[in-house]
Amino acid sequence: MVDVRHVSPKNGDALLMVGTMKGAFLFRSDASRGRWQRGGPYFPGQAVYAMAYDGRAGRRRLWAAPESLHFGAVMRSSDDFGKTWSKEEEGSIRFPEDTGASLKRVWQIAPARAEEPDVLYAGVEPAALFESRDGGRKWSLVRGLWDHPHRPQWQPGGGGMCLHTVLLDPTRRERIHVAVSTAGVYRTDDGGKSWRTAHKGVRAQFLPDKYPEFGQCVHKIARHPARPDRLYLQNHWGLYRTDDAGDSWKDVANGVPSDFGFGMAVHPHDPDTAYIVPLESDAFRCTPEGRLRVYRTRDAGKSWQPLTRGLPQKDALETVLRDALTTDGFEKAGVYFGTRSGKLFASRDSGTSWSQLADGLPPVVCVKTAAVAKGRGKK
Amino acid sequence: MRLIFRIPGPLLSFTGGRHVVEAEASAAEATVFTVGAALDQLWRLYPGLRDRILTEQGQVRPHVNVFVGSDSIRDTGGLSTPVTDRAEIAIIPAVSGGM
Repeated sequence: MVDVRHVSPKNGDALLMVGTMKGAFLFRSDASRGRWQRGGPYFPGQAVYAMAYDGRAGRRRLWAAPESLHFGAVMRSSDDFGKTWSKEEEGSIRFPEDTGASLKRVWQIAPARAEEPDVLYAGVEPAALFESRDGGRKWSLVRGLWDHPHRPQWQPGGGGMCLHTVLLDPTRRERIHVAVSTAGVYRTDDGGKSWRTAHKGVRAQFLPDKYPEFGQCVHKIARHPARPDRLYLQNHWGLYRTDDAGDSWKDVANGVPSDFGFGMAVHPHDPDTAYIVPLESDAFRCTPEGRLRVYRTRDAGKSWQPLTRGLPQKDALETVLRDALTTDGFEKAGVYFGTRSGKLFASRDSGTSWSQLADGLPPVVCVKTAAVAKGRGKK
Repeated sequence: MRLIFRIPGPLLSFTGGRHVVEAEASAAEATVFTVGAALDQLWRLYPGLRDRILTEQGQVRPHVNVFVGSDSIRDTGGLSTPVTDRAEIAIIPAVSGGM
């Protein structure tokens, strides 16, 4: 049996949640983020595509969505950093009978804004959005999106028919963006009742009509909290930015070795700074020239510079998947990513230099961060 | 009617560690008792098992096999497969589900 280790984060610590194809891991450090302790594996043998930290209203709650290839996906939460987890039968996400659909995978768990501390969203496969209003005990299908006339025509991408990103507008409570592969970006401005496409200008390389009404293969979108109308987008070919919440997108693939990739993350304090890891092509989804380079823009996509210090620059044919690149909220920003070959890298100087936190993990599919605050035990 | 269920290791957390679960069911005479009805008895004892073996639409999950004796119900009528008294119903993860 695999030996499970635990971490005990303290107030002010940094926490990394790392989901892999065969279990989940936690990494903790103090705020300096120089030395990390590792916990896990949790749910060994199960794929964990979605993890989240809910620090609202005094909670210190981890969420994970382990998925057994035999027995399906479930939602699990832990209030003691992974030492114990909620029961498998609690908080199930189930499609209503009339949909004829069955849950395959949970791709995203998104706690809502601080002022609505019992609301969470989950993006799932087959592509749908679920909502909980009681802290994750009960989940219900967001019908407005499920009933959208486009939905029956959405097509699965290589990763499946997934709703993989959920972004809540920090200032407009009724506005949510979701990204679906392969469908595009959809936005609601009325809390989920109605949805419209928000990907004008995003190209669909693989369709005869390059700018269709829908059908774009959006791999990731990221929003800056201080400038919520600005989002960045990593497409299945193409890098884009919008400054009007998705009404129009501008191509910002300026000076990158490839505009194919999966992950996209924004700097926690600077809306002009974003990160990607370019991959050579859709046919060869590996880092170009065998060099593992994160690219950073500091001018909102006008230019991108490679970040290589501490990253392997020879024989490194790596792949970074859509939810495996992220940033933290510390004053000196941390940037983190995991690879399909099981390596985990971290920077604590906004990406200028990197160190390797782990090797030999199962393939990494998600990396999430949290700053641990003092808990007050809210359930 | 007596039913015997064999539970695989990954699901023992639902049955308090029991590999073998026995259940009694009353079947009206002249009606065919099915695997689906037998499994309903299992869910009555351990409700959490249902969603692990079936999808929310009531179909056996694609990588779970259910056997009556040594016959997979995929070959004998699915959940409509008849079962008789003292039937042994084994739930076994399919080899195809590994990765």
